[in-house]
Amino acid sequence: MTRLTLNIQSNYPLEAEAITPEKFSGKSVAEIAGLPVLYGNEQCQIGDFFTVNGNGSEGIELEGDLAHVKYIGAGMRQGKITIHGNAGMHLGAQIHGGEIEVHGNTGDWAGAEMTGGTIRIHGNAGHGLGGAYRGSRHGMNRGFIWVGGNTGNETGALMRRGLIVVQGRTGDFTGAFMLAGTVINFGGLGSRPGAGMKYGTLVTYQEPELLPTFHYDCVYQPGFLRLILNDLRRRGVSVADELVGGNYRRYSGDFTSLGKGEILVYDQH
Amino acid sequence: MALLINGVEIEDTFAEAFKMWGTRVIITAKNRKWAWEAATKMTGFATSVIGCKCEAGIEGDVEDTLDGRPGVSVLFFTPSKDDLPKRLMERIGQTVMTCPTTACFNGLEAADKLSIGGQLRYFGDGYQGSKLVNGRRFWRIPVMEGEFLIEAKLGMQRSVGGGNFLVLGEDPDVTLEATERAVEAMKQVRGMILPFPGGIVRSGSKTRSKYKFLIASTNDAFCPTLRGCVQSELPEGVNSVLEIVIDGLNVQAVEEATRVGILAACIPGIRRITAGNYGGTLGQFKIDLHRVLGEAAPA
Repeated sequence: MTRLTLNIQSNYPLEAEAITPEKFSGKSVAEIAGLPVLYGNEQCQIGDFFTVNGNGSEGIELEGDLAHVKYIGAGMRQGKITIHGNAGMHLGAQIHGGEIEVHGNTGDWAGAEMTGGTIRIHGNAGHGLGGAYRGSRHGMNRGFIWVGGNTGNETGALMRRGLIVVQGRTGDFTGAFMLAGTVINFGGLGSRPGAGMKYGTLVTYQEPELLPTFHYDCVYQPGFLRLILNDLRRRGVSVADELVGGNYRRYSGDFTSLGKGEILVYDQH
Repeated sequence: MALLINGVEIEDTFAEAFKMWGTRVIITAKNRKWAWEAATKMTGFATSVIGCKCEAGIEGDVEDTLDGRPGVSVLFFTPSKDDLPKRLMERIGQTVMTCPTTACFNGLEAADKLSIGGQLRYFGDGYQGSKLVNGRRFWRIPVMEGEFLIEAKLGMQRSVGGGNFLVLGEDPDVTLEATERAVEAMKQVRGMILPFPGGIVRSGSKTRSKYKFLIASTNDAFCPTLRGCVQSELPEGVNSVLEIVIDGLNVQAVEEATRVGILAACIPGIRRITAGNYGGTLGQFKIDLHRVLGEAAPA
């Protein structure tokens, strides 16, 4: 386990793409401290900002308020990063595997365009969670994101595959232009959920305000959702029995697009 | 050398078993009743490849299913790798998809895969959709009841078919009781099924006939009514013979089922237990009765 403790607070962004288990693997403390980071427009080293302890194995622990530290774990493929504090933008962006756990809040674009792995955020997440960068054709493509708090706008936008679970509220345009995958929202959706979605599934446990381009289908018990909710339980997420075996209203949409997406609303009646 | 178990002679011979391809399908439903309805229909008329093109049976209840509902495990066997998807398509399409509330999942981790859900999805006529859950793909096929959920791929592996033993009794009642006891005991063994009705066969066959249009005919050497007409294999005092046929995902399961079944069948009134074979010339597996009983056999 390698432990990094932030010892300098700054308002300038620190781009720390070097903080991944692969880049730390097999390196000594001195070598890790010498890895490059970008402070504003200045090339610096990890050791300029962090106190490094540990043995260079694949597990990484970060301590401190890292709200201005960007790209933590970006592109990682294996291992685990645990953050005791907040994390900055692009946390776990484009990761392929491994696990990131944040005991705090994260900035925008966490898990953007990820293709595998797991991200757990115990606090709130910013905009574009699991989404697509501007100009990209699709966002998250496999993997799992769990957020204990709320998320910003465009959660899961242009999502291609994978699962996003948000215990709190998601912002506006949740699942906008989704291509596939599943977003589960327990605390309520912002405005215009699923706008422009072609395929994919939005599940919500609060009454949403839907666009008129979503059409009501039926009340039913979706079998695939049982699988997903049971899988969530295996991942340690608490899901009540009545939600697993419950009724859901199905709305198809968005008919401004292909219309093969769906919004499932838990039906308490 | 003679082996006696509870006074029943176990003949020093072997069952000759064959290579098959097998898979395990887990059927879940709203309750146990509907899971068993689907499983029973799916495995109906699947006793022997000779007349049914496949052999299938219910392995048992499954407690921990993917969707958390009551489940039943079904094993399915065909002689060739190519036949397995054909037969499964027919059976799952006609008996599981049609059955209210069911879903269908892979129950076998194996390197070889066959695409059933991936083919059956076309029934959705373009309205089908899929979900990838934990690396496994599931197809959602819209049906009048709601949705039929089926896993895209099932595992399949080389398996064993045609394990068997014959119970030779003094009368039909005691022979049936012995085989019923054997079947009950064998149900505890996982990885194998008994494809015949109630797990028991009364019309065992030999692989030839005086008629050119038949590939199999009655096993005359074990027919009590023909004792005086043919070269009979029946000892004196035997008036009824029943057979138990075993298919398994591997030879170990077939051997264990053979062991458990024979031990349970050794009751008063049974004169001998033997096995069917072709002199070891056709089958790839020899299940030696004395060997599988081993030291577990009480004297």
